[in-house]
Amino acid sequence: MSASYDMIAEAMSHLPEYLGQHVLISIAAIATGFVISVPLAISLSRVAWLKGPALGLAGIVQTIPGLALLALFYPLLLALSALTQRLFGFGFRALGFLPTLLALTIYSILPVLRNTVTALSGTDPAIKTAARGVGMTPWQTLFLVELPLAAPVIMAGLRTAAVWVIGAATLSTPVGQTSLGNYIFTGLQTENWIYVLFGCIAAALLALVIDFLLSLAEKGIAMRSRRRLMLSAAGLILVVGASLSPLFASKTTPIVIGAKSFEEQYILGALIGDKLKAAGFESTRRDGLGSTVIFRALEAGDVDVYVDYSGTLWTTAMQRSDMPGREAVLGQLSSWLKNRGVNDLGTLGFENAYAFAMRRDRAEALGIRTLADLAIHAQTLKIGADFEFFSRPEWKATAKTYGLRFALRRQYQANFMYSALVDGDVDVISAFSSDGRIAQYGLKLIADPKNALPPYDAVLLVSAKHAHDEKLLAALRPLIGALDLASMQQANLMVDRADDKRTPEQAAQWLAGRLRK
Amino acid sequence: MITLEQVSMSYKGTPTPAVRDLDLDIPRGCFFALIGESGSGKTTTLHLINRLIEPGSGRVLMEGIDLRALDPSILRRGMGFVFQAIGLFPHLTVAENVGITPRLLGWPKARIDARVDELLELVHLPLTAFRNRFPAALSGGQQQRVGVARALAAQPKIMLMDEPFGALDPLIRDDLASEYLAIHRALGLTTIMVTHDITEAFLLADRVAVMREGRIAQTGTPRELLAAPADDFVRSMIDTPRRHARRLAEAMGAVGPA
Repeated sequence: MSASYDMIAEAMSHLPEYLGQHVLISIAAIATGFVISVPLAISLSRVAWLKGPALGLAGIVQTIPGLALLALFYPLLLALSALTQRLFGFGFRALGFLPTLLALTIYSILPVLRNTVTALSGTDPAIKTAARGVGMTPWQTLFLVELPLAAPVIMAGLRTAAVWVIGAATLSTPVGQTSLGNYIFTGLQTENWIYVLFGCIAAALLALVIDFLLSLAEKGIAMRSRRRLMLSAAGLILVVGASLSPLFASKTTPIVIGAKSFEEQYILGALIGDKLKAAGFESTRRDGLGSTVIFRALEAGDVDVYVDYSGTLWTTAMQRSDMPGREAVLGQLSSWLKNRGVNDLGTLGFENAYAFAMRRDRAEALGIRTLADLAIHAQTLKIGADFEFFSRPEWKATAKTYGLRFALRRQYQANFMYSALVDGDVDVISAFSSDGRIAQYGLKLIADPKNALPPYDAVLLVSAKHAHDEKLLAALRPLIGALDLASMQQANLMVDRADDKRTPEQAAQWLAGRLRK
Repeated sequence: MITLEQVSMSYKGTPTPAVRDLDLDIPRGCFFALIGESGSGKTTTLHLINRLIEPGSGRVLMEGIDLRALDPSILRRGMGFVFQAIGLFPHLTVAENVGITPRLLGWPKARIDARVDELLELVHLPLTAFRNRFPAALSGGQQQRVGVARALAAQPKIMLMDEPFGALDPLIRDDLASEYLAIHRALGLTTIMVTHDITEAFLLADRVAVMREGRIAQTGTPRELLAAPADDFVRSMIDTPRRHARRLAEAMGAVGPA
């Protein structure tokens, strides 16, 4: 009971930042969408033949899932940033605020556009004739008659847009924009349902409050009640102001700590955050980033510090497929990183490798000890993996080396793979060697005698911007070589397990006490 | 005051012109009625005078000036316009509706307020009861009184009226028509009114033009038209009020004078 109380307290401590960012991005997107869609709707209502196609196009855009729209804007902006860098000598942040703003803005256009076009096209022709008859110019007709009459309907569109955007903004976490979605994504990764629920309720409450205040404005316009309009404006200013105030409270630019989308990364992110705080740094988190996205973000300076794994960088960033051995990988990686301006502080002391795992009873029944044994039975077996694995070079290399071909492939949220394996939904999974559940469930790790999989030493990386910030580096150095595999597994399990579940922050505090001096 | 010279005009996508070779001369201070069947071009003619419609060929002149030389919005601010659909702005109060043209002309607020009060009195709407009401809260007759007040607000010399009382109850209609006639005379207006009610036209107008298929069949005073209809069509048109009068006289004779 007290554990869940702690979790709520923990969740509350993030609320100022998450809510502030959520409100900021939502308001920015709604306002930008409004400024685009109203003039667009006015032009469309004047050009009859364009109306159908334009509304159709907006409708099609609306059917693109919000997450996909966000995912599309990141590479688009990355390419654009590279282009402006080459042409004009400046780039911009392709991660976080900008892709989210663009995607949500596009999302917010349709309701306002559709309502404005409908309202303007539906103006009583007699009233338009009267407007001309009393001597109004076309612009005066628009501003004195058509728009005031359409205003309640436009406001209704704005309300719809606001509710959509506030909801969709929770999806911005994976592209590096902090929002109330951070609760949901972190909660999902760590099976912390209190977090998920907290994020859902917070986002829903925010949507309800904003919707209520806008409905007050809508009624105020329709009934020409100045009191209602004032009340609505005051409420909006209060809510937005209160939400945004924590964002302006911190004067210094915080150090951005990145984390990929699994529990170990959240724990390490929290651990780094604690170390930085102890050294007097302000820091902020970008959680739930994809493993390619996060390295690009570090190179671009959108993320300042995070933990990656040597094998991942070797295959994905360096695009190497040869396996020269552990020390050689680390050595070549280090100099490759240095060339790119990234400071590689060193290894943390444990490895989180991709390892094929089976239920012990199943492996023993089939007599599987190595990947070569697995290849013999693979055609009758089902394999489960995380979302990335099958598109990673490691998988391709391993499959090729051993001739692995499975009957069926399934993809899971990383932390759901283990229960899928235990429940028998799949026969083999691509497990992570530092995951506490391997020991918990007594899983059998399949040996890789041909070394098809690279080593995955955890390495601490610092962006070029801070590569020579001695105070920062000094704060981080105590982590180098200080984490053993058993402690990491234990910490991961604390977050993953169903009973006596801990938050990543709590696990990080526990882990801090286990650091090797 | 208003002159139409050889004006023709066709709507897009229609083979026959709405008006053709129209010649009209409307003197200052005249109450001029345009009558005819629906589709005969009455409303088109009226709209040509404040450039709600542009002529295809020919010229429309106001005091000798071709209307095309004037800005259409500024031209319309100088003319009152009343029509059957009334077209009050639903989001504006009675006072704001009446004051709209002065507002467009940039009058100071105090002058607009005074003018609004003056006009509401003129059309017999008590200020305190009506000034701040919205059009939706008024009856049809009250709405059209506001419509007339709005048209008169900027002190126009010319009033264009398109079946202004056509949608009202007979009693209110008669009241409003005779009240308007008094206003027309008192202010020395030039009024051009479209109506399909021939009796109304004959009772109000100094001159009447009968239109048929986009042309003027005959123009003259009511007395002239009654005395010498130009052709069978005009005769059949003006027969209606005559027949009404006769039947009314018979009915009253049967009952006896009150």
